Amino acid sequence: MKVAEIFESLDYGPAPESAQPAQAWIAAHQGRFTLFIGGRWTEPHGGEFFETCNPANGKPLAQVAQADAEDAAAAVAAARAALPGWRALEPHARARHLYALARHVQKHARRFAVLESLDNGKPIRESRDIDVPLVARHFYHHAGWAELMRTEFAGYGPVGVVGQIIPWNFPLLMLAWKVAPALAAGNTVVLKPAELTPLTALCFAELCTEVGLPPGVLNIITGDGRTGALLVGHPDVDKIAFTGSTEVGRSIRVAAAGTGKKLSLELGGKSPFIVFEDADLDGVVEGVVDAIWFNQGQVCCAGSRILVQEGCAERLIARLRARMETLRIGDPLDKSIDIGAIIAPVQLDRITRLVAQGRSEGATVWQPSWSCPEEGCFYPPTLCTDVAPADTIAQEEIFGPVVVLMTFRTPAEAVALANNTRYGLAASVWTENVNLALDVAPQLKAGTVWVNSSNVFDAASGFGGYRESGFGREGGREGIWEYVRAEWEPPAPAGPTPAPPSPRASGDATAVLVPAIDRTAKLYIGGRQERPDSGCSLPVHALDGERIGEVGQGTRKDVRDAVEAAHRASGWARASAHSRAQVLYFLAENLAARSEEIARRIGRAGFPQAETEVELAIRRLFLYAAWADKWDGQVHHTPFRNVTIAMPEPVGVLGVVCADEAPLLGFVSAVFPAVAMGNTVVALPSETLPLAATDLYQVLDTSDLPGGVVNIITGQRRELVPTLAGHDDVDGLWCFAGGDLRAEIERLAAGNMKRTWHAPDRDWLNPLQAEGPEFLRHACEIKNIWVPYGA
Amino acid sequence: MPSSHPPSAVAETGRDQLRVRAARNPGFPLELDWVRELRVNRSAAERRAGTLPRRRTVKREWQAAWLLRALTLVDLTTLQGDDTPGTVRRLCAKARQPVRRDLLAALGAEQLPIRVAAVCVYHTLVPTAVAALRGSGIPVAAVSAGFPAGLNPFPQRLAEIRASVEAGAAEIDIVITRAHVLTGGWEALYDEVRAFREACGPAHLKAILAVGELGTLTNVARASMVAMMAGADFIKTSTGKESTNATLANSLVMIRTLRAYGERTGHRVGFKPAGGIRTAKQALDWLVLVKEELGNDWLAAPLFRLGASSLVTDIERQLEHFVTGRYSAAYRHPLA
Repeated sequence: MKVAEIFESLDYGPAPESAQPAQAWIAAHQGRFTLFIGGRWTEPHGGEFFETCNPANGKPLAQVAQADAEDAAAAVAAARAALPGWRALEPHARARHLYALARHVQKHARRFAVLESLDNGKPIRESRDIDVPLVARHFYHHAGWAELMRTEFAGYGPVGVVGQIIPWNFPLLMLAWKVAPALAAGNTVVLKPAELTPLTALCFAELCTEVGLPPGVLNIITGDGRTGALLVGHPDVDKIAFTGSTEVGRSIRVAAAGTGKKLSLELGGKSPFIVFEDADLDGVVEGVVDAIWFNQGQVCCAGSRILVQEGCAERLIARLRARMETLRIGDPLDKSIDIGAIIAPVQLDRITRLVAQGRSEGATVWQPSWSCPEEGCFYPPTLCTDVAPADTIAQEEIFGPVVVLMTFRTPAEAVALANNTRYGLAASVWTENVNLALDVAPQLKAGTVWVNSSNVFDAASGFGGYRESGFGREGGREGIWEYVRAEWEPPAPAGPTPAPPSPRASGDATAVLVPAIDRTAKLYIGGRQERPDSGCSLPVHALDGERIGEVGQGTRKDVRDAVEAAHRASGWARASAHSRAQVLYFLAENLAARSEEIARRIGRAGFPQAETEVELAIRRLFLYAAWADKWDGQVHHTPFRNVTIAMPEPVGVLGVVCADEAPLLGFVSAVFPAVAMGNTVVALPSETLPLAATDLYQVLDTSDLPGGVVNIITGQRRELVPTLAGHDDVDGLWCFAGGDLRAEIERLAAGNMKRTWHAPDRDWLNPLQAEGPEFLRHACEIKNIWVPYGA
Repeated sequence: MPSSHPPSAVAETGRDQLRVRAARNPGFPLELDWVRELRVNRSAAERRAGTLPRRRTVKREWQAAWLLRALTLVDLTTLQGDDTPGTVRRLCAKARQPVRRDLLAALGAEQLPIRVAAVCVYHTLVPTAVAALRGSGIPVAAVSAGFPAGLNPFPQRLAEIRASVEAGAAEIDIVITRAHVLTGGWEALYDEVRAFREACGPAHLKAILAVGELGTLTNVARASMVAMMAGADFIKTSTGKESTNATLANSLVMIRTLRAYGERTGHRVGFKPAGGIRTAKQALDWLVLVKEELGNDWLAAPLFRLGASSLVTDIERQLEHFVTGRYSAAYRHPLA
């Protein structure tokens, strides 16, 4: 092109970033990469290698090892061997290591950025300006947490050996999100990058050697899904952290069920992008660009469902279409490119197929007039209108540069449409009205809500999902909890728990001279005592075997009714924390009034510390009344001009399977932290002495607790627990009962990815184990609301 | 690998564009609803303005060609208290020949009309500039209406405009009364600009909004809309005398308002950022902003100007670097 011609056309022309820094690094390894185990490059046991390609042209970049079972075991063993030294290292020393990693990422920023764009296909602008700087920021931020572990997480230590499996859409950034908090908390790691994008992780492995990270603290093994499965299945892994599809996340959930492994999952999404008519529409258009045309739309939290108020829908559509014409697609290494390559042909096929399906279901599909490069994997930005919530493309995660647009009339309808999804990862709300924004944001079922912005991330703010978008948070204080364990807890995997005391065949109980009036303990559903659907009762025995009463035999239908009642009581979450505290104080007062009677009942059943139990139960009600209005959120210091509010929200409807031991105290200690935080509960009381819970019906009735906030189903756990665990409208399930329920609960919970907490064998008399912040953390999700400001 | 470009944005502009004088904006009756409904989200605007220079770049021949184009969009300006006929004549010479002939030859650009868009001076120096530019086709612009504060008696401001037009100024850069914006006096602002426009007669009116003194970006948008409805041919960011002058963010807001006005009325209005634009890189950022938000049509002197004084020399240095491969020095290029 001649200067004079360009003077007329004002074309952009090519602006290629040199691939040289990355290619030189690959060449230095002869284009062949082995496994990074115990600080050494190790040949794969099976001798198998696979190719990683540049999606922009399909050309191979390097050969990468396929790790098999032996390799996975070797990596886990190396991590295990490194654990004692790493966890014993003083926090300040770990901080220095993380700080060094941050510095080295910055020193090699260009190599990382170019390598990422080559291997993944994302535009160099994004890898250079977003991914790599965020990676460094994550290590800096977590160097800080490493420094502060002893004071800010007193009484907690690392989980142990962590297996981490990361996706191909943000290869190095996901590594940072996983590795930085794990190492900061003193864990050692085996990380498996995605088979499509292993290179930046391998480059990072070299960095670990450069900075002198002790061998085995971070091990990197490459391979496909088989390698990931091996890591998940390895018995000596204490925790699995996974980011990827909901489908794979669910299979990991099932595979890890009952193993005692701690789990955090960051999965798919179909995030709403809500536009109210008073929004800055030009700002909105750029927000959509950031939401769905960032990283080719291959973003788990991509704003892929635009919900726009009817009055401004046409204007928005026209502006979006005009903007789409000016997007530029092409060589990811070109500095003036907005949209790079789709990761692989298989993903391109999926996008193409889903858009075709959308069209066949009636959607109007709009794409810019320009065409994509013919070589390589490219898909144009796509806007689908005339879409209804029932359509496939409005429900399925497309994971491509495709956005659907639907309209709404009122804020309530916007919320209803936004929440009409199995996912709950992120949401965007656009309005210039602060009242509207702060009304809508808390109502959205999403771990992150961006007000007047989209896809902004920072290490100081937790990121993670509600519902089938997974559980656990990455980043911020809330993210550290995923990588620590209370020091009093026995190391996982948890062994089998001792069987509950068996009733003796006969006994020498005190004779009762005058028969008591017969008491029938029914079920407690929606604030009323209900007969069990089965029409049957179960005998209750004292520990010495004497029959001391009956309780209703609850069935799956009773569980169903209780869950519905709990949902009807969801207004409890909106009651003020002060009001919830008042109810808990009142409960304590009413329990105290009947303490002698209840203690007598427990004592008679053979529990030796009956009076202590009742006294502690009253104290615990006071404790959670105290906490109710003090479990504050945080304002995170993200490096933007905005307030990032980390807000605890109740999980929703919680199933609580109570411990057998301490029949009253175990019940109160488990149910009321959840209630204090605004959850509603379906509780299965102690199977040994359910009467301790059924005796509370009248206490609950007299304490102004709204019906349905606490529901109690007595009966056989064997029958009831699977129903609760498999119920798709139950948001979380806690199990404090021993026995072998864990595997089944965790397997069934995979259905809707409900959060589970398995915590048997607690000493309910010991405050360290039986009360406090640990319970409150489990009772809440953290939602991060980003509110940029500026006059 | 070939990258694909939006053809609509590439094909339209040609040499013709440079010659065609856009029909003047006749203005529009004051629509207060259009003004009050304008809302700018500052964070979103700043994010767009902040990322745009990272999203687009031009290299090699493309950069050289874009810089030549930028030169043709410059309102070469001197607004110093110590300006004399001598300094203005020197400036006008630079305006006619902003790039050394040998450099133009090396760029293959000898036949291109490389001269600045206008020369901008205070009223007193208008006759000097008009004389110095005679035959060049370069218009003289005068800052006026009580520049820079705009608080002189109103009749005096009108008289100043008429005097400059009479002295040969083809373009008048007026300042608005900021108080009208800060107090929501939209009718007063409309009437003021309307009166200035009438005083201009055939001369083109550039309305300087002094955006650095308007408090909020929403005010910038509203003032832009009112000035366009009152018949401004151009809206301009700043006098260069405020503490904050042209930024990509306030320019983005003005450009978007200008686009909205065009969508509603069908009239085209020009845009002129001014103040603090000193480097070739900055000039390219503004060209990118205009290309992305308005299209190539606006990258021509009838619709876009860069108000600047020292920018020309920096562009010349960059052009020499492109030609020779060596970094250049300012003293190698004739002084403005």
